[in-house]
Order: sequence, then C-alpha cells, then structure tokens
Amino acid sequence: MKTLILKTASDILLPVLLLFSVFILLRGHYLPGGGFVGGLIAAIAFVLDAFANGLENSRKIIKIHPGFLMPLGLLISFASAVTPVFFQDLPFMTGLWASGHIPVIGKIGSALFFDTGVYFVVVGVSLTIIFTISENA
Amino acid sequence: MLFIVCLGFLLSIAILFIHKFIKGNWAWLSTLIPLTSFLYFLSFIGDIAQNDVIKVSYSWISSYSVDLSFMLDGLSLLFVLMISGIGTLVFWYTSSYLKGHEYLDRFYAYLGIFMAAMLGLVLSDNLITMFIFWELTSISSFFLIGFNNESKSSRKSALLALGITGVGGLFLLAAAVILGQVTSTYTISEMLSMSNEIAMSSSYTFIVVMIFLAAFTKSAQFPFHFWLPGAMKAPTPVSTYLHSATMVKAGIYLILRFSPILGETSLWNTTLITIGAITMLYSAIQMLFRTDLKAILAYSTICALGILTFLTGLGTYEALVAAMVFIVVHALYKASLFLITGIIDHETGTRDITKLSGLKQGLMPIAVAGFVAALISGGVIPTLGFVGKDLIYESTLHFKNNAWLLTGIAIATNVLLFYGGFLVGVKPFLGKKPEALPHLHMPSIRLWLPPMLMVLLGLVLGFMPYLLGDSLIMPGAEVLSRGESGLHLKLWHGFNTMFWLSTLTIAFGVIVYLVLKPSDKLLRFSEKFEFISPKSITQYLVSLFKIMSKYWTMLFQNGYLRHYVATYVTFIIVLVGYLLLKDPVLKIDYNTLADLTVYEIVIIIIMFLSTLFTVFTPSRLAAVAAMGIIGFAFCLLYLFYSAPDLAMTQFSVDTLTVILFVLVLYRLPKYLKFSKNYLRVEHGILSTIFGGMITFLILKVISEPKNSEISNFYAENSYVLAKGKNVVNVILVDFRGSDTLIEITVLIVAAIGVFGLLKLRLKARDKK
Amino acid sequence: MEILLAIMTGVLYAAGTYMILRRSIVKLIIGIILFGNGVNLLIFLLGRITKGNPPIISPELKHFTDIYADPIPQALILTSIVISFGLQAFAIILVKRAYKVLKTDDLDMLNTLDEDS
Repeated sequence: MKTLILKTASDILLPVLLLFSVFILLRGHYLPGGGFVGGLIAAIAFVLDAFANGLENSRKIIKIHPGFLMPLGLLISFASAVTPVFFQDLPFMTGLWASGHIPVIGKIGSALFFDTGVYFVVVGVSLTIIFTISENA
Repeated sequence: MLFIVCLGFLLSIAILFIHKFIKGNWAWLSTLIPLTSFLYFLSFIGDIAQNDVIKVSYSWISSYSVDLSFMLDGLSLLFVLMISGIGTLVFWYTSSYLKGHEYLDRFYAYLGIFMAAMLGLVLSDNLITMFIFWELTSISSFFLIGFNNESKSSRKSALLALGITGVGGLFLLAAAVILGQVTSTYTISEMLSMSNEIAMSSSYTFIVVMIFLAAFTKSAQFPFHFWLPGAMKAPTPVSTYLHSATMVKAGIYLILRFSPILGETSLWNTTLITIGAITMLYSAIQMLFRTDLKAILAYSTICALGILTFLTGLGTYEALVAAMVFIVVHALYKASLFLITGIIDHETGTRDITKLSGLKQGLMPIAVAGFVAALISGGVIPTLGFVGKDLIYESTLHFKNNAWLLTGIAIATNVLLFYGGFLVGVKPFLGKKPEALPHLHMPSIRLWLPPMLMVLLGLVLGFMPYLLGDSLIMPGAEVLSRGESGLHLKLWHGFNTMFWLSTLTIAFGVIVYLVLKPSDKLLRFSEKFEFISPKSITQYLVSLFKIMSKYWTMLFQNGYLRHYVATYVTFIIVLVGYLLLKDPVLKIDYNTLADLTVYEIVIIIIMFLSTLFTVFTPSRLAAVAAMGIIGFAFCLLYLFYSAPDLAMTQFSVDTLTVILFVLVLYRLPKYLKFSKNYLRVEHGILSTIFGGMITFLILKVISEPKNSEISNFYAENSYVLAKGKNVVNVILVDFRGSDTLIEITVLIVAAIGVFGLLKLRLKARDKK
Repeated sequence: MEILLAIMTGVLYAAGTYMILRRSIVKLIIGIILFGNGVNLLIFLLGRITKGNPPIISPELKHFTDIYADPIPQALILTSIVISFGLQAFAIILVKRAYKVLKTDDLDMLNTLDEDS
C-alpha cells in the first residue's frame, strides 16, 4: 500500500497525530481524553506510518522495540502509585499534587504520571500486537 | 527497617540484571545481603536486652487497617538473627555448593525472596501482613524444593509441600479475619491486652483451631508432617535453611507469639502437649528406620519441632525459656549437620549411611565439626545442647500434672535424638573407608567454614549461656510470659535430678547407637506399615477425589465448546427467567425516558441491520466490515449520550481492530458450514430467547428508580479530592487507580501472549 | 429511546450467542466481539442515558450544578473497550495458531487432540 499520497500525508500526519495524542493525554484530567485514548491515537499514528512507509521505517522511528514501552509504562504507573507509601507515609495510590498551575495540563500531580504510564502501556501493547501480527501473520 | 526486610526482594529483582555476574566467581558477594540484615539486627541487641520494643509502621492499605507495621521484641529478634545469621552462612555455602550450576542465579533469587518473606513474617505486627509473608514463604519454598525441576519426585514433593503449607496459610487467614472481628484490630500487639475478651468470645475455639492448623501444617506436626521428608529433595542448602532452621519454625513462632493472647486454656495447652508428644515420639521412631542421611535429619527435625510444640503447650515460664533455648540449639546443630551432609554428598556422591564410613581420612576437620554437632544434638556437657536439655527436663518435672509421664516422653525422645545426631555426625566418619568411595580431599573453605562456625558457637554458648540468655532469651520470654522473669541460664547446676536424667539420656543414647545398626532391612520393614501412615491416607483420598472428578468431568466437560456455552445460556435463562417471570409486569414511567429523535432511530436501524448482516453473511470480509459499522455506530451513540471519552476510545479501538482484521483476515480459515440445519434452528431459538430475556431485564431495571449514591460521591469529590474535572478520567486514574493498574497489566499479558504465540517456533512434536 | 436501545442490546446478545454456538472458529471470534458490544450497551443503559451533559465539571465551577451523565458506567466501559481490544487480538491469534498447528477450523475437532500429547 505504498502510495505517494498516503506517504506524503503520513509524513506530516505522524508528528501531528503524536502531538495530538500527547495533548489528549495531558488534558485528560479536565476535559475528555486521557491515557487510554491518547495511547490509542499514538498507536494509530505509528500504524498509519507503517502502512505508508513500511514497517521497517516506523520501527526505526520508534528506535526501541515497542514491547519495551509496556514495562516502562507499568513502572511509571506503579511508581506513581507507590510513591506516597515510600515518601510521605500515605496509603497506596494517594494523589500528590504540586503547587502551581500550568496551562493545558492544569495542576501536576501523581495522577498525571499514572496516566502517562497508562499511555505508554497502551502504545506498547497496541504496537506490539499490530507489528507482531503484520510481521508474522 | 522496611528497607532491610525488602533487601531480599531487591536482590531477587537485581538478579535479573546481574545474573551473569552472580553466576560466575562473584556468587559469594550475594552473602552481603543476609550479612547486612544480620548486622543491622545485631545492633538492636542492646535495646532489646533492656526490654525495649521497637515498632515501625508504614501505611499500606490503611482503609482496611492493613499496614506494614513491624515490631522488634525479644522473640522476633531471636528469629531475625537466626534467619539472617544462618542465611549468611547458607548463602556463602551455596556459592560453592552449587558453583557453576546453570540456574544459580534463580536459586539466589528464590533464596532472597524466601529470606525477605521470613524476616517479614517474624517482624510483622499486623496479622494480614503476616499472612502475606507467610504465604510468600510457602511459595518461595515451593520453587526451592522443586529447584531440580527435571526430576519428577522433586516436582511432586514441591507440590505436596505447597499444598499442605499453602492450605495452612488459608487457615491463618481465617483466624486473622475472625480475630480481627472479635478485637476490631489486626495489630498483634494490641490484641495482647484483649486476651480475656478473646477467650470469652464464642469464636475462641474456632480461632484456636485455625491457628493450630496453620502452625501444625507449617511446622510439620503430626498428622501433617509428611511433606517435610519429601521436601528433602531440595538441594542441601535449602534443606538446611528452610526445612530445619527457619521456615518450619514459623509455625512454632506463630504459637509462641499467640500463646500470651490465646494461651492458658485447657484447649490450648492440652492440644499442644498431645500433638507435640505424638509428633516427637512418632518421628523419633521413624528415624530409626531411615538410612538416607537427609531422611534421618528430616525426621529428627520433625521430632525437634514436636518438642517445641510440646514445650509451648506446657506454657510455663521455664518451658517457654526452654523452648527458645532449644530453638537456638536446634538451629545450630541441625543446620551444621545438614551442611556436613551436603559436604559428604558433594564429595562422595551418596547419602546412604550403610555405604558411608571412614570419611575421616581426608575430611578430618569436618569429622570434628560433625562430632561436636552430634554432641550438641545429644545434649552432652559442655555444649549449649546440654543447657537446652536441662531446661526441657526442668520444665517437664515442674509441670503441675503428669510430670513423670511427660518427663519420660521427653527422655525417650532425647535418647533417639542423641542417636540420630551421632548417626549423621559421627558414624560416616568412623571405621574403615570402603573401596567404593573415591579419594577424598578437603572441599573449599566456603563449604566447611559455615558448619564449623556454627558448632563453635554452640560450644562457646555452652560455656557462657548467659551471653545468649540475657540478650535474647530473657527479653523474649518476658514478652511471652507477661512480665515473669528471673531465670538465668547456667551450664552447671550441680548434681541435681536434671543432671542425672541427662546422664541417663546420654547413656541410653550411647547404647542405642552401639546396638542399632541402620540397614535396608529396617527400612523395608517399616515400609510394610506405610499404608496406614497419614501420607498414604492422604494420597488415597486424593486418588478418590481424582476418580470422582473424572466422572464429573466426563459428565459436564465433554470438550465441545458449544455444549458448554449452550449449558451456561440455558442455565442463565432458567435462573434469571424464573425471577423475571415471578413479577412479569413492566411499570415504565414513559415521562422519564429520553425522547425519540430521527437520527438516533437511524443509527439504531443501521446497527440492527449490520448485526443481522454480520450473522447471516457468507463472506468473512463483509462480516468484518459490518462489524466496523456497528463499532462506529456505537461511537455516535456514546457521543449523543454524553460520553465523549467513550466515543473517542471506541473510535480509536475500532480503527485498530479493523486494521487488525485486515492484517489477519486473509490468513484466517474460510467460513465453512459445519452445523446441521436443525442445530442452527435450535441455537437460533436459544439465542433469541436469551436476547429477549436481556431486553426484558433491562426494561425491568429501567422501570426501577436508580441509586446514584456512588456516582454522586465521585462527582462531588472529583474536584475537591482529586483535583480533576473529567470525572470519568478521575475515576480511572485516581479513585479506582488500582483497578486501572491491574487492567494495564492484563493488557500487557495479552500483548505478550500475542507476541509469544507468533514468535515462538513450533516444536518438533507440533510439526508432525 | 431506552426501549429501542434495550431491544438493540437484546439483538446483540442474541447475535453474539448464536455466533458463539457455531462450529467455525472465525464465527466464534465475531460472536465474542458482538457479545462484548452487547455487554457494553447493557452497562451503559443501566446508568441511564443523559443527553448533552457529559460528566465533566465546567472550568469555572467546583461541583456539578446541572444534571450530568453517570460517570461510573462510562469508566467501566472505557476499561472494557480497551481490554476487549487486547482480548480480541489474543483470540484471533490463538485461533490462527490453533488452525496452523491442528489444521482444522472445526471447534468440534479440537476436543480430542489435546489428549494424545
């Protein structure tokens, strides 16, 4: 499916979609969005790229095997969940919040890191599944 | 303290990254882990000797009052020092014993987990936390016993041990929950002051029985003892560490810990004394029939555990002191005997006592260590064993009733223990060396130093028992006996009754040692009675259970997926349908329903048609396309009904699913028509009834008023507590974050599954 | 409107069950997906439907002042959608794999083959 139109479009679409996915992730606490949707959009961006430019190319863009994003994400989520236990002597999963306010994101807190972890896991899982299947199926 | 407890877990995680390093010549470096813990806990001796109790607490799941609270008092200090101290020696020993083993890294990882779990278990001040650590020790010991996983008997023993001790853990949980209800706390130290209330409560008997079952399964008391000899299939360091010195003592620890809370009732004392006495005599006699060094040690361990249960059952101050001293004595000599057995096995390749003799040629230092260990085990003056045995006799003699009967049992057991110790520690080294054995030379220092250190400690503490007594035993006994104190450990009490009883024991022991010769004949003789042993009875019950489940399976699990599904569906239809038909009138208030709009109706019609199309189309591609349409229709529905998050997610997932199908579709098998027509009609009717029932169910639900208590809680607190305004997202990442955490784990498992299924090469068997 | 949706849910359940009861493995997967959609709709309906008021607090407020859609079913379904993606992928690959190894597309043939391994 290597058509010129798709190829040209995906060159622009990949960064835009990725940016969009991060945007969706960050605003999730206040408006529709979040780690799940963000992750899926990012995965779609890469899959689109793989269709346009070939699997090898998108593998090169990601650099590492998408499978490694899964433990990474899980680790981020888990770390944000246990941080209160270790550093503040609060129960598991207590939300911690930094003071201050940032546009779009709003307040930065452990929930955001948790969602970021979810984002990475979802990207990792979707891409692992799709890439593995398109290689071997 | 949390960090020190978790060191073992950290090690096992770190092994992932340093496994090459740990497998090579640097294996001994792992010794640093238990050594650090040992030194850390050693620094508390001063405080504990002053009868201080150190408590540390970390919140974990406070809402269920489950916290990581640790308590270090005399009793737990005794145990942690034993665990980390013997752990140090065992880690060190292993580095040479399993040198170059393919899975040495795994071994250390399991051992690390085990040590951490054990430390957590004896330090926990919270019953639920204790239960978790308790089960962790069972699980890690499962991996350790089954370490030689290629041998069938090893796997079987591991499973048996896991089954027995794991079930025991569930009993502990039951006891914990009921205790928690009675005292409305899970903190052990808080329960201390409530022992009267517990004794008064109606569930007292239940709690005690549950605690007993937990302790007896873990500590291999009759009739649950049979997993322990099987556990000897593990490599020797494991037997040393888990099945003599530490894990099996967890049960003893449990009853010791609970004796001030639950004790001093006739149920408590009589049961413990009886079970302890039976265990000790039974296993002591079993020991006579064994020829495998490790089997002898296994039975003598069960015997020692029996003595400990027995002493705890006596429950007097003297008996508790005796129990604690005996724990140390037993750990010292049993661990060293095991390690020596390991050396013998390592050097000669056999553990059969009838084939071993004359090993002192070439292994002289080890022979000396074995001799001393046997002396400690036999309770010969001037070792710590003597002090221990002295105390045992003292406590039986001073017991209020049946003193002489109890003393008699104790003497008989000790005679046989003496015999067992000499059989393992002395006999292999004496006499003439058979031709069959290879030429022997001293093994690496890493092998012989640990047993040497332990027997040395046994000797030194024998001369100076107050070193141990004042620092560990007295504070420990103080915790258990609620304030009674004043006994000081001494080696020499003069020529009193206890001394003469001790001498008598040794004399009889020597006679038994000289008269009885272990042989295969005895072993075979004992096997004739195997069929009435608890082990055989259990196995018989298990086989009955298997036969029953086989018939059950043949009846319900016939291997046809369709039958299962049809059975479920029919069952649900009957069950739910019965309830629905009891009150079949629908009272829907049409005013509360949403209005019909044209575009919604159009979407529903599209969905309906696509569903029908999916079911009846003969083409796979058409079916997939129709499903895509259903997905996007869902997307629109969610959008209409105020669920933008869902709409976005459904849209993305649908896109990915379609891609997935496109990728796989052409490699999937073609649609084939298998089912017979009458079956199709039958299934069609079944499905239609099921669908109709679901519709009716929903209508029924809609006609009832909605309870929005939980939703309102989330909505009210979303911003106030979690600082988020998108309530759906706040629920996902904050209120119910733990669920999400598990969910992404499930996702990862699915991805790994896909990856594994596709990347795994077909094995030769499958290719056929 | 709810009545129509309830009927639609029933249809999805019926279609899903019917497809699961077929012998062809591909139909089984399609059945599972249809069934999953039905379950999602069921959960959604149990939370009642609300039009035009998503469960999002408006930027200047701290509490809801207006009515809002029930967030709990939405959170549940969101989870379910993503999970079922993983499940579907796994099921599809499992079926493919079974097909490759056992050379059969007939579920009834799968019940005897694991005995002789």
